[in-house]
Amino acid sequence: MTADWLDIGWLDQIPVRGARTVPVAGGEEIAVFRTGDNQVFALVNRCPHKGGPLSQGIVHGHSVACPLHNWNIALKTGTAQGEDKGCTPTVPVKIVSGRVLIGRAGALAAA
Amino acid sequence: MAAFSRLELGTMELSGSEWTGEEAGGMPRPPQAREHLVVIGNGMAGCRAIEELLARDPERYRVTIIGAEPHVNYNRIMLSPVLAGEKSFEDIVLNGHDWYRDNGIELIAGDAVISIDRQAKNVFAASGRVVSYDRLLLATGSDPFIIPVPGHDLPGVISFRDMADVDRMLMAADMGGDAVVIGGGLLGLEAAHGLSLRGMKVTVVHLMPTLMERQLDEAAGWLLKTALEGRGQTILTQADTAEIVGDGAVEGVRLKDGTLIPASLVVMAVGIRPNVKLAREAGLAVGRGIHVDDHMVTSDPAVLAVGECVEHDGQVYGLVAPLFEMCRALADGLVEKPTGYKGSVTSTKLKVSGIDVFSAGDFSAVEGAEDIVLRDASRGVYKRVVVKDDRIVGAVLYGDTGDGGWYFDLLKRQEDVSELRDLLIFGQAFAQGGGVSDPKAAVAALSDDAEICGCNGVSKGQVLACIDKGACSLDAVRAGCKASASCGSCTGLVENLLALKLGDEVQAGPKTMCKCTSFGHDDVRREIVAQGMRSIPEVMQKLHWSTPDGCSSCRPALNYYLLCALPGDYADDQQSRFVNERMHANIQKDGTYSVVPRMWGGITNPRELRAIADVVEKFNAPMVKVTGGQRLDIFGIKKEDLPAVWADLNAAGMVSGHAYGKSLRTVKTCVGSEWCRFGTQDSTGLGVKIERMTWGSWMPHKFKIAVSGCPRNCAEATIKDFGVVCVDSGYELHVGGNGGIHVRATDFLCKVATEEEAMHYCAAFVQLYREEARYLERTAPWIERVGVEYIRERIADDAEGRDALAARFLFSQSFSQEDPWAERAAGADRVQHSHMAEFHPVGESA
Ligand code: SRM
Ligand SMILES: Cc1cc2nc3c(=O)[nH]c(=O)nc-3n(C[C@H](O)[C@H](O)[C@H](O)COP(=O)(O)OP(=O)(O)OC[C@H]3O[C@@H](n4cnc5c(N)ncnc54)[C@H](O)[C@@H]3O)c2cc1C
Ligand code: SF4
Ligand code: FES
Repeated sequence: MTADWLDIGWLDQIPVRGARTVPVAGGEEIAVFRTGDNQVFALVNRCPHKGGPLSQGIVHGHSVACPLHNWNIALKTGTAQGEDKGCTPTVPVKIVSGRVLIGRAGALAAA
Repeated sequence: MAAFSRLELGTMELSGSEWTGEEAGGMPRPPQAREHLVVIGNGMAGCRAIEELLARDPERYRVTIIGAEPHVNYNRIMLSPVLAGEKSFEDIVLNGHDWYRDNGIELIAGDAVISIDRQAKNVFAASGRVVSYDRLLLATGSDPFIIPVPGHDLPGVISFRDMADVDRMLMAADMGGDAVVIGGGLLGLEAAHGLSLRGMKVTVVHLMPTLMERQLDEAAGWLLKTALEGRGQTILTQADTAEIVGDGAVEGVRLKDGTLIPASLVVMAVGIRPNVKLAREAGLAVGRGIHVDDHMVTSDPAVLAVGECVEHDGQVYGLVAPLFEMCRALADGLVEKPTGYKGSVTSTKLKVSGIDVFSAGDFSAVEGAEDIVLRDASRGVYKRVVVKDDRIVGAVLYGDTGDGGWYFDLLKRQEDVSELRDLLIFGQAFAQGGGVSDPKAAVAALSDDAEICGCNGVSKGQVLACIDKGACSLDAVRAGCKASASCGSCTGLVENLLALKLGDEVQAGPKTMCKCTSFGHDDVRREIVAQGMRSIPEVMQKLHWSTPDGCSSCRPALNYYLLCALPGDYADDQQSRFVNERMHANIQKDGTYSVVPRMWGGITNPRELRAIADVVEKFNAPMVKVTGGQRLDIFGIKKEDLPAVWADLNAAGMVSGHAYGKSLRTVKTCVGSEWCRFGTQDSTGLGVKIERMTWGSWMPHKFKIAVSGCPRNCAEATIKDFGVVCVDSGYELHVGGNGGIHVRATDFLCKVATEEEAMHYCAAFVQLYREEARYLERTAPWIERVGVEYIRERIADDAEGRDALAARFLFSQSFSQEDPWAERAAGADRVQHSHMAEFHPVGESA
């Protein structure tokens, strides 16, 4: 039996206002973000604009600024904000006793 | 004792009364004929549930309460004032012995239930006592969580949950000495406050970057930390406990970074866990807490549960307000008038060490929600209201919590606040005062003596007089009467006064830094220095940032301004740096990086070239190219490989070329007098010296230098930020050139006679640029803005000023010439270069 949630590590392994990556064999890399207020979000690590690695952007509030052309992506929904249009798939993520868990099905769906 | 004889009776009773509500027919039932309700837990929820029940039908049940603590029902919330010496235990008793007696309740205090037999409907206590029930109510509360670090079981390590813990803390405090409180949440801070009032030297060790991160956002957490430090406590954030040391008793706490904090008392206040042991062993459905339905009934219809030990609709609660709501639903169900519990929205209002703090709802930025932030630095106030679809969804208040109840009420009722929107943040009195909903009208209604600017004591009349004298922009008002010139919180009021007086004639002020602030770059820089600000959250608070943690434009700018103002002292915030500066390489369109090692003055040698060639082969770099800055660029390196690439380049003596930074890039040189038939001076040698002096420095924007050996200018020195053109009689210095988007040739600064002078003037010029240009302003637009005359005055004419500038630059450089690649290659910031985990799906059937 496979679990529904994958344990990927401690919350404090992700820098505050930063992100870490989780590659998925045969699929798309996932970016796991931690915000200033210690919430965690996960998105496919690909900007809806031209595929920039969102994990490398500046995290502010609950958005990330893409490192390539500075689009702002909402971490909760993956949608581009302001004038820009597009959406990056989200991956379910939760914190249990300080451990970060990502939804297995969601991680694979992104693959 | 009376209570005990009755209790004896109670335990001998047989269970299974046949009486029901209907059969009672409204007639008072003799106590022995009533159903027997047994409560496990004599705490806040258990007793409140019984109070609610008695209020509905005092004769319905015969009640026995079994509590592990040897006390009557007391107010747990008030343990903090007891610890602080403001109250005694007697003051915090909620229900004394007379309450139990008058209501015919059996109290079995000081005995813990150890098991439940649901078949036989009996509970067994530690003393050997057996009590049978018709209905059982679990109200066992929570257990403090103890982190299982080595030494956690030493005498002197205690939690903060009940009266016994307080007694132990008081005993320790009597002996004086140092205390460490692990956990910077509500409980930990209250413990720390109490202990320091009792004379102990207290250090709070908190894992997260800000205090009370679950109730407060970062800005409010920072204010709280600053205030507590001001009261003598030591607060360590992002501090992880490795072990508690001591031989037979606590002697100190060692952190993971090696720090040892001496202590004779350690209070662990890192969180609580619902106390579900009994329920789980009795086979009831248990998740994080004991599962209950809307009527507080567990998976066994004869067993109910209430309080912190339950999980309702996926939620567990740790504050009394929701527990009391549960108690009402429970009592309604017990008297067969079920209403049902619908879950709670919680608010926290607390006074930590006399500091008012309030939070409610969801204050973490919600999708599509808008933050309204008010920061009043002079009064130490921070307010943030989160609004979504015209409804308040969350609020955080610090320093002035008077309107907490009002916001919470609007939140719970989901009231439409669109009418109040503009005045909402000023609070109820303002927003609802006389029904004024137009901010301009509100300002118009103020009397002439009304104070507009608290910092500078400027009244409305004075602002209007200033506008009458010709001030027609925010800046002019700031200059004319000082209103809004300090903390800026009254900016909105001043703008409204301008609009009121001048209508369309108001002139837009200089561009603000970004949408997070009403201040421009220059104001922010000036205030950072004038007020001695030391961190990004401090700037955001003192200058009233309107967003919780800034944006991708202001954060890098603030990080630079602080770095420049506090050389050697400011802790660089990596997360406020653009990717290239955080990764020390240039990101490419495919997410890989390019690597440009420094080649001093454009000179290289076989060893360096060999190392670069080896790296290109070893890491399969798809391309290597000569740059326009006279060095080599290796392309297509993955972030995981960067430290290894740098280690190889370091081994051949090469350091980072900062091709990625708002920093010194290259110093281009030409051949010069050493080889060239026209060369007048050693341009290559001077270029190398200048590069050695300036490399590693952070700047408002990138900075390029060139040195040409004669006026033929093969190093293109006249389109560089700082250019040197050598002539027979010395060195011509040029500034403000740019070869990029808008080509601009340099302005001639002055001529000097020696290499030393050329370098000295260069250092002074770089520092002037570092201190006065705006972030992301290159030297060309900066000089266009301030005029080359100004630069000449500061650098060429003012010898003393020049020396001071150069000295400040060299001082700052003494901290910045560490090769960032070497640090990373040695293991620093590993997280930037590694995946958190890797996922290899196995055996997918779908
Ligand atoms: C690698 C290089 C091109 C090359 O292969 O020759 C280069 C590459 C880039 N340049 Fe450049 N510039 C390079 C020399 C130049 C030069 C020539 C020079 O330095 O002598 C100029 C004109 C001179 C000047 O700056 O005044 C130049 C003017 C720019 C500009 C326009 C700057 C301006 O003020 O208008 C930008 C855009 C910017 O900085 O915002 C830019 C930005 C860039 C960026 C960093 C774009 C970016 O933000 O990602 C390119 C990065 C590619 C990469 O990943 O490596 N690059 N760039 C050169 C690196 C030099 C070095 O060794 O460090
Ligand atoms: C210092 C402090 C300050 C607080 N401040 C606030 C505040 O400002 N605002 C707020 O809303 N909340 C505050 N709280 C939280 C609040 O006190 C709790 O939410 C509340 O007490 C929970 O009620 P409860 O009945 O579920 O648990 P408790 O009040 O803990 O009662 C549970 C009782 O059950 C007993 N028990 C457990 N197991 C057994 C057993 N097997 N047999 C017999 N008895 C057992 C325990 O001994 C305990 O007496 C504070 C808590 C503390 C400790
Ligand atoms: S000119 Fe510079 S920024 Fe433009 S494509 Fe070439 S390297 Fe990139
Ligand atoms: S790829 Fe993200 S903004 Fe262009």
